[in-house]
Amino acid sequence: MTTVKILKYSLSFFIYFLVQVFILKDLVLFGYAFSFLYVFFLLNLPHEVPTIPLLLIGFFLGLLIDLFYDSFGIHAASTVFLAFVRNTWIKVIMPTGGYDDNVPPTLLNMGIGWYIFYSLPLILIHHFIFFYIDSLGTQLYLPLVIRVLSSLVFTFLLGTIVQAIFYKKERVV
Amino acid sequence: MQQIFLFLYRLRAFILFLILELLALGIIFTHNSPQGAVYFNSSNKFTGRLLSSKNNIVSYFTLNSTNKALAEKNASLLNRLDKMTTISDSAYFNLDSSFSNHFNFWSARVINNSINLSQNYITLNKGSLDGVEEGMGVFNEQGIVGRVKGTSSHFSSVISLLHTDLLISSKIKKSEVFGSTKWDGVNSNEAKLLYVPRHVKVEPGLEIVTSGYNAVFPEGLPIGKVKDVSQGSETNYLDITISLGADFSKLNFVYLVKNDLREEIDSLEMEMVTPNQ
Repeated sequence: MTTVKILKYSLSFFIYFLVQVFILKDLVLFGYAFSFLYVFFLLNLPHEVPTIPLLLIGFFLGLLIDLFYDSFGIHAASTVFLAFVRNTWIKVIMPTGGYDDNVPPTLLNMGIGWYIFYSLPLILIHHFIFFYIDSLGTQLYLPLVIRVLSSLVFTFLLGTIVQAIFYKKERVV
Repeated sequence: MQQIFLFLYRLRAFILFLILELLALGIIFTHNSPQGAVYFNSSNKFTGRLLSSKNNIVSYFTLNSTNKALAEKNASLLNRLDKMTTISDSAYFNLDSSFSNHFNFWSARVINNSINLSQNYITLNKGSLDGVEEGMGVFNEQGIVGRVKGTSSHFSSVISLLHTDLLISSKIKKSEVFGSTKWDGVNSNEAKLLYVPRHVKVEPGLEIVTSGYNAVFPEGLPIGKVKDVSQGSETNYLDITISLGADFSKLNFVYLVKNDLREEIDSLEMEMVTPNQ
C-alpha cells in the first residue's frame, strides 16, 4: 500500500468513527433500527489486507466506538469476529477469474449483486453478536430478532447510499 | 519443537483472534458486575471532553422544554419553601438537625445517553472533584433517572433506570405498599413494579414513589404512574406496568443526591445479615 492510500484510509477511519459516535448514535429508528455504519470501513478495506492487521484495526475501532456507546467491549467483540471471518468469506465467494489487485471490495467496484452477497451475511453476524451480548440476562428474544433484522436493513441501506455518494469507482477497465 | 512453532505460526491469525475476543469479553463481563472498575466508558477525560462539546451544541435544541421543566421545578420548590417557613406567632419546636438534612443535592448535565439497548448508561458532566461518588442517586423533576456507577475526576457514569439489572426500592404512594421498580428492557417509557402481593388493590393511575428504604434516594421522589395491572404468571405477585415519569429521550439537567448516613445504615444492616461469628 502506498502512503497516499494509508493516509486515505486513516482519514476515512476517523470520518466513519466521528459520524458513528456523534450522529448515528442518536439516530435509532422506531427504537429498534440501529445503524452501525462503521462496519463498512472494515468491509471496504482492500482484500489484500491480511487477517492480523484487520483484527487489530477491528479491535481498536470497536473499542473506540464502545467508549462512546458505554457498551464496554460489546462492539469490540462483534467487530473482531467480523474482521476474523471477512477474508475467509471473500475467498469463499470469489468470482470466476479472481479479484483484481488494487481494487477494494466496494459497492461500485464489485456491483450490487456481489456486494449484497458479500456484506449482508457479515453485517448480520456482527449485529447478531452485538445485540445478543447486549440482551444477555434478559429473556427478550423477539425484540432481539427485530433489532438484528431492522438494524441490518438500516445499516445496509445507509451504507449503500454513502458509497453511492462518496465513493469512486476504481476498477480499471 | 520446530513443528510446534510452525503449527502455532500457521494458526497465528486464529490465536490473535481468540486473544482479542477474550479480551473484549473480559471487558464486558468485568463491567456487568455491579461493582466494577470503570475504564472503558464515556466518563474518561478524552471521551468526556468530546461529548460535552457535542452536548454544548445539541442542548440548544432542547432549551425550550428544559427551561419549562426547570421553571416548574422552581415553582414546586417555592411552594414547599412556603410551607416550611415558620410563622413567628406560632409555637415552634426545632428537630434534631442530624435527622432532618442528611441528604445533599447536586445538579449535573447529561452529556451522553442511550435508551434503546438493554443496558443503558448515562454520562454526567460532574465527577469526583465535584463531590460525586459511586452509589449516589440520580433523578430529575419528573422522576428517578438512575444510580452512579463510577466517576472520573470531571465526569461520572450512571446506570440508567433503563438497565435491566437496576432495582429501585419503591412504594405505591396512596396505600404505602412496597415493591421494586425494574425495567424489563422493552419500552423506554415503561417499567415493571415487582413484588406487590396479589391481595393488594392496585388501580391504574396510582402514583409510584421511592420508598426511602434503600438509603440511596430520599423518600417520596416520583417514579411514575401505574399503567396496567394484571394477574401475572407468578403465583404470589401482581404484574404491574408503570409508565415512567422521566422522559429518557430528552434528559438534560438532572440532580444527584447523596445520603450522608448511607454507610451507617448499610453497615448496620450488614451486621443484621451476618451475625457475630
